Amino acid sequence: MVRFENVGLRYGLGPEVLRDLSFRIEPHSFQFLTGPSGAGKTSLMRLLFLALRPTRGLITLFGHDIATLGKDALATLRRRIGVVFQDFRLIDHMTTYENVALPLRVVGQEEASFRDEVVELLQWVGLGERMWALPPVLSGGEKQRAAIARAVIARPQLLLADEPTGNVDPNLGQRLLRLFVELNKSGTSIVIATHDIALMDQYDARRLVLHEGRLHVYE
Amino acid sequence: MSMNDDVDAVTAAPQPGALPQFVTPIVPKGTIAGRALVAIVAIMTFLASLTTGAVVLVQSAASDWQSEVAREVTIQVRPVSNRDLDADVARAADIARRFPGVADVRVYSKEESSRLLEPWLGTGLVIDELPVPRLAVVRIATGATPDFGQLGRALAQQVPSAAVDDHRGFVEHMRSMGRAAFLGGLAVLALVLAATVLSVTFATRGAIATNQTVVEVLHLIGAKNTFIAHHFQRRFLGLGLQGGIIGGGCALALFALIELASRHFLGSAAGEQFAALFGSFSIGYLGYAAVVVMIAVIAGVTALASRRTVNRTLETFE
Repeated sequence: MVRFENVGLRYGLGPEVLRDLSFRIEPHSFQFLTGPSGAGKTSLMRLLFLALRPTRGLITLFGHDIATLGKDALATLRRRIGVVFQDFRLIDHMTTYENVALPLRVVGQEEASFRDEVVELLQWVGLGERMWALPPVLSGGEKQRAAIARAVIARPQLLLADEPTGNVDPNLGQRLLRLFVELNKSGTSIVIATHDIALMDQYDARRLVLHEGRLHVYE
Repeated sequence: MSMNDDVDAVTAAPQPGALPQFVTPIVPKGTIAGRALVAIVAIMTFLASLTTGAVVLVQSAASDWQSEVAREVTIQVRPVSNRDLDADVARAADIARRFPGVADVRVYSKEESSRLLEPWLGTGLVIDELPVPRLAVVRIATGATPDFGQLGRALAQQVPSAAVDDHRGFVEHMRSMGRAAFLGGLAVLALVLAATVLSVTFATRGAIATNQTVVEVLHLIGAKNTFIAHHFQRRFLGLGLQGGIIGGGCALALFALIELASRHFLGSAAGEQFAALFGSFSIGYLGYAAVVVMIAVIAGVTALASRRTVNRTLETFE
């Protein structure tokens, strides 16, 4: 599904923040991406969701070498990836329902074809009563769940979550982890970037550990 | 798996039985930046429309002055010893009246000639004591192009002291003055348009900067660049049209008001002076059409600036 070969990344003329990364993310897999602050987790996540291009090496996503793809093809690939941002990035002028439905709207689906599905998902993540609420009035936990719902509504093959439990209490963190496990069981590959060791200890999964820009994989 | 127990105390307004709908536009409406952009577009369109109207007015007035002057020629009859000046004037006027293409000949009487000289020689002038030439104004029929050379030769044969002045030098002077005024107006209009484009472009960029999150989220959830740019372009075209119609509409209303006022005061001394300078003070259909075009152009500039800014923003994400 995802293949990195000798990938390096530097910003401008600065030092390499990621060095010689070679790993694979297999279909239906579950992995934590961890490492100390500044190790390059966010940079690696940005490479994974195609917000950055590597300065060297090869990244293959769903069988495509991303270096050879144009803008439209990259946009099409992004639709197969769901992303949960650490800061949620919900659109403030849209209701929770609209935020979650947005990925389906941008691919041109008719609302009648996705309304029930979005409502069902919102109820599943506990936001059934908050469909009409705007993000500024949602709590941190609600925003987190709305962001997760938006990331999964289009049934992505790969879900990337950057510190998904960083803004929630431990109890909600556990619930979110259960949600990711459920998604993984339904066939989505999961990558959770976190430095929450307690969270990782709750679920036995592959760990990708970044340290000083280099990756160590613990199966 | 349910998380209903995590719902916080802050809840949305209850919508009993209602189904949610995707009704909110992707690019937000009614933002502060959007309103500021409408205000800037309105002000710049107003100024650009005023400049356009002024250029049209100057062009039309210069053209009126030229045609007024070009429709007349003057016959000047000099006093010569042993010749009856009045008889010469009458004869010259008679020759001119019979000349093809002449609509009317008006001979300036002695009193009128005295009045013409009053600014230089004062009142109480006895014109018979001075060798002052007499004038006859020949008005040319509409659409006619008389051969003034032939008229001059006919006069020279029968009234040797008469000469024809077709105002060619003055018309040339008027023409170059009118052209200079028109070109100057065009230069000012070009500067105003450049300032309009720049200010609208920067205001659009500012308004889009406030929507950076929207652009970024759309990009990351897989929206194609054309989809994002299209939505922003449509929204900003709307804002540009809104501002343009306000600004251009105010300018059109102002021109219409001035035109009405100038018609109202036409009989007064001030109105006559005004009419002498600017004709009817109407920018005409051409002027009104130019303002409408201005509104469309400025709205288009706003839309294009938004598209360009969004595309540039998207390029920074890749």
